[in-house]
Amino acid sequence: MSMPFYVAPEQMMKDRADYARKGIARGRALIALQYIDGIALVAENPSNTLRKISEIYDRIAFAGVGKYNEFDQLRVAGVRAADLKGYQFSRLDVDARGLANQYAQILGQTFTHEMKPLEVEILVAEVGLTQERDQLFHIMYDGTVIDEHQFTVLGGDMEAIRTRLVERFVPQASLQDAVKFAHQALSLNDQQIVSSELEVAVLVRNNSRRCFSRLSQATIVQYLA
Amino acid sequence: MFSFEQDPGANFGELLKRVGLSPFGDSLPVNEILVPHATTCVALRCANGVVMAGDRRATSGNLISHREMEKVVQADQFSGVAIAGAAGPAMEMVKLFQLQIEHYEKVEGQSLSLEGKANQLSMFVRSNLPAAMQGFMVVPIFAGYDTLLNHGRLWNYDATGGRYEEHDFVATGSGMLHAGTVLRMGWRRDMTVDDGVVLTARALWEASVADSATGGPDALRGIYPVIASITSDGFARIDDARLKNTYDEIAKGVGQQ
Repeated sequence: MSMPFYVAPEQMMKDRADYARKGIARGRALIALQYIDGIALVAENPSNTLRKISEIYDRIAFAGVGKYNEFDQLRVAGVRAADLKGYQFSRLDVDARGLANQYAQILGQTFTHEMKPLEVEILVAEVGLTQERDQLFHIMYDGTVIDEHQFTVLGGDMEAIRTRLVERFVPQASLQDAVKFAHQALSLNDQQIVSSELEVAVLVRNNSRRCFSRLSQATIVQYLA
Repeated sequence: MFSFEQDPGANFGELLKRVGLSPFGDSLPVNEILVPHATTCVALRCANGVVMAGDRRATSGNLISHREMEKVVQADQFSGVAIAGAAGPAMEMVKLFQLQIEHYEKVEGQSLSLEGKANQLSMFVRSNLPAAMQGFMVVPIFAGYDTLLNHGRLWNYDATGGRYEEHDFVATGSGMLHAGTVLRMGWRRDMTVDDGVVLTARALWEASVADSATGGPDALRGIYPVIASITSDGFARIDDARLKNTYDEIAKGVGQQ
């Protein structure tokens, strides 16, 4: 009878974390930041059809970096959970905190029990009725939830981009300025990302039920001019 | 001989029922419950879209159970549903339909085509068939602006989920005959949305005059039918102030001296 090799739990977790981090670092980064009328989500994304940012519910958006098929599965799971909860109870009962916890469960479970951790980092953002009630939950590959304020950065080169964003970020900025800050922060080494490789969506604090909308390519070009 | 459960005992009325001779008819299920019913909805196609309208009354038998029910509801940006029939299942169906459209859009990343939405509603109506057989019938109208073909489209349904696209106008509910006649007389191919609002307002008013289950405009309480237009600009409900003026004009023409 063969004896399985003993691997210390610390080592196993470290290997998995390294694996997940490597996968995520290969992808391109994403920024979510508050502006005066809501939350802007800006991602570097060369594809015009495979989205990194999308709508989950009336006031909630989802964004993911890393492996597309993995975060897209999580996105659909979120839409299902939110729509079911809203149907069963009330639309007001669906909130970002609950969703973030569910995501944390899935990611944590996969990280500890499956062969391969999910190579993703995701963001659940909710625009509140007032700016103080906006919520940004950054969820890591191992299920760690970080409750962020004002802005958050996901994906490869996170630290460098965060430093650049901190230098530029101004609270209560206009949407145009917010998109500019994010664009400059994402453009590392002062190589400007072309506008066609930018995906921008907003959660707007207004009176309509569905707060999520995407900025058209024309608007993005105009904002960055 | 009757089985123990079926034995009518000394009740002659029940005995007549058992042998199929009841003078009161047995078309209604024995344990039918009275639920609110919504009535008369119309929709018509005009040059640049569609107009939908529905009265506000819900009835339970001969009683009025609601005065301000909204039977014309927005389904999404470019479509709406109008419902006639048992109010409970109808409202549930509309809620599910709205959710289905939104859920599809979010999961798939793009909206269903207008035809796809019409088809989806047909499946909901069909799934309600067993309830319809017990008296909880739901018969909707679906209308919208087709952004691929750039014109308005209308669909009528029957209780089995049958889906019929109409090109001019459609009426459903207990006042459908009266309202439909008004539409038939007044409808023109080149109608504007404004013409459509006046004609549907008139159709509902005529139906309310002849059909007790259809509510007319209630100026005392400020309750007017729900009328909405759907054009390339999307779904827009006509506000009550404008409907008040429309009905004042109608009243001038038909009122007594």
